[in-house]
Amino acid sequence: MNAAEVAWAGKPVLEAKQLAIAFGGLKAVSDFSLVLPERGLCGLIGPNGAGKTTVFNLLTGVYQADSGEIELYKRRLNGMKPSAIARAGLARTFQNIRLFGELSVLDNIRTAAGVRARSGLVRSFLQTPLYLAEQQAIVERSLDLLDVLGIAHRAGEQAKSLPYGDQRRLEIARALATEPTVLLLDEPVAGMNTIEKRDMAKLIESLRERFEVSILLIEHDMGLVMDICEHITVLDHGVTIAAGTPAMVQKDPSVIEAYLGVPDDDPELPADHQVVD
Amino acid sequence: MTEGSDARTRKLAERIAEIKPNPAVALGRSAWPFLAAIVIAFLLQVVIAPMLGGFYAKTLLDIGIAIVLASSLNIVNGFAGQFSIGHAGFMMVGGYAAACVTYYGSIKLLMPQGELTEAIGVSVLGGFLGSGDLLFLASCIVGGVFAAAAGIVVGLPSLRLRGDYLAIVTLGFGEIVRVLVQQTSDVIEPVKAVDAGVGEMVTHLGGPLGFTGTPTYVSPTPWATNASGDQTGHAGIFFAYSIVGILLVLVYRLKMSSQGRALLAVRENEVAAEAMGVDTASSKVSAFVLAAFFAGVGGALFAHSLGVTLNPNELGFQKSIDLVIMVVLGGMGSITGVVFAAAFLTVLPELFREAAQFITHLVGYHGQVNTDAYRMPVYALLLILVMILRPQGLFGIKELWDLGFWRRYVIPVWRKAAGGWLIPKHEARLPAAIARELSTERTGGEPAKSDDSPKPGASGDQP
Repeated sequence: MNAAEVAWAGKPVLEAKQLAIAFGGLKAVSDFSLVLPERGLCGLIGPNGAGKTTVFNLLTGVYQADSGEIELYKRRLNGMKPSAIARAGLARTFQNIRLFGELSVLDNIRTAAGVRARSGLVRSFLQTPLYLAEQQAIVERSLDLLDVLGIAHRAGEQAKSLPYGDQRRLEIARALATEPTVLLLDEPVAGMNTIEKRDMAKLIESLRERFEVSILLIEHDMGLVMDICEHITVLDHGVTIAAGTPAMVQKDPSVIEAYLGVPDDDPELPADHQVVD
Repeated sequence: MTEGSDARTRKLAERIAEIKPNPAVALGRSAWPFLAAIVIAFLLQVVIAPMLGGFYAKTLLDIGIAIVLASSLNIVNGFAGQFSIGHAGFMMVGGYAAACVTYYGSIKLLMPQGELTEAIGVSVLGGFLGSGDLLFLASCIVGGVFAAAAGIVVGLPSLRLRGDYLAIVTLGFGEIVRVLVQQTSDVIEPVKAVDAGVGEMVTHLGGPLGFTGTPTYVSPTPWATNASGDQTGHAGIFFAYSIVGILLVLVYRLKMSSQGRALLAVRENEVAAEAMGVDTASSKVSAFVLAAFFAGVGGALFAHSLGVTLNPNELGFQKSIDLVIMVVLGGMGSITGVVFAAAFLTVLPELFREAAQFITHLVGYHGQVNTDAYRMPVYALLLILVMILRPQGLFGIKELWDLGFWRRYVIPVWRKAAGGWLIPKHEARLPAAIARELSTERTGGEPAKSDDSPKPGASGDQP
């Protein structure tokens, strides 16, 4: 049950300890623990309404946990604003894509890369040499990121005009532009066809080495999760019902029950608590 | 292309360290737009204004002031997407603060004591860029600072409110300022003002009658004198358009900078902006402060312009709406669009007047026609038409040079001729072609093609 019980290579990067949050009377997540090792690729799965996105919102500071600890490299993240957490190295994508639609693809990335720049407003107004160097570096890095994600040829287009798959790629590129140490991907292959899913899986795996990030992945596609994740945590009704390697989780009776159900147990799903705002 | 190499994934800081801009070139690039703005303002004053003659020169001046006010509103309404309808409040704070500085300041600092007994107002003092002009320019900055302080006060609620609710708060702010000013007493006469304390001054702002007797530093005629040899006009177009130019350069640089993109990100999607590390709270407040500062400067220009008595009724809700219409019509977030809209809507009433005169002459009516009464219905009609035909405004978020003709024919020439020296390459708006060109330059090979996405665009198009 406990993530810490699993033999686990690598130094821990992100640690969540006994996180819990309730909305009114509804316990959306309770007693959630997770250890994400360096360059690890972990999956977070569970039926609809299990509280997966709520976990992401807790980790990124959109919601404040009622109890429990979040640590990134032993630095406590509880109580920090989402923007501060992002600058600390925790970047995410969104299940329902949230791009800066009117801006160009390049500007989407530049916005995220810009938070690593040091120039303040006065330097921007006067365009000092430091500002110029930063802006040039931001453009170059942004184009490189687009290149890696395979959407560099769309740099000048409006983000909202991109096809769906490219919007997902842009979300990942934008998250990477903040130079994260941990990347949280919320259903990155939702709505994609088989070929696209395979490409995306390959891409996600490659990101770890290229960008030196650890990845936590929410996904409904079992095949994908089982293929690429080293460790999987299964949530149901906000409770961790299983955690371990893909092989272990697959055989776990409680997981099978959660996904397939048992004849006389058909609980109503809790009210929608996945939406961010 | 270097497949999977580290070069493409290195961190920003490492790259910044590698790029060493030439400081001399950087200084030149930094300074020339400001210098150009001042030169253009000077030419407008000494060449164009005399050609236009008194009436149209005054219109030119009004356009300049309108551009300052509308462009400043564009920072908060357009860039940051925080809908403010109390901008005239900032203008009023800045205008009254500046009027206090020039009126009471002139009396206390500049005017010879002997002349005060018969003076009913404060006359323009000193020659071009003389003591009076310097006091006026200082008053612009004071006005801006006071308005910026008010901007913090209004910006803070914007952290918790959005949309209509924020609009109501800004509206309330504008009304509060207006009502407060209305409660003040008449302006102190120059002869008595010599001994007045600060507390007395700020409670004597003219009330509902307006701040009478402010010197007219912003008049279209330069260096004019009346029969007795007193100076009556100052180079108002020069001052106004210098400020317009500096403001436009700053706003453009803001839009191109990381801070500007952060504002646009807040406008586009606040949750995503926050998740990408943009401190949305400080972004929003700084947008309000910047916008308020320039509105204050605009208010100072307005307070000292020809034929204006700073008046709380004139700077009420109506004025705020006028400014909002300029921003919406020009395109929220488009600098050039807002400049066009401000100019157009300032000229429009004059066009009405001419048209009305023409028509009344045709039908043989020779009485007075109050054309100003038609302004609002026409504004409303215009706004409705824009909302139906082009809801994003004239230019949307884009600039003049992003549009087809300019991008195709003018910008390439400009980039070739001046781009390397005058503007940093990353600042050209980077349409697709330029982006490709940039990435080709770096990789030294053929244009960038996707390597790990076989067919972008082949995916199912879910919304």
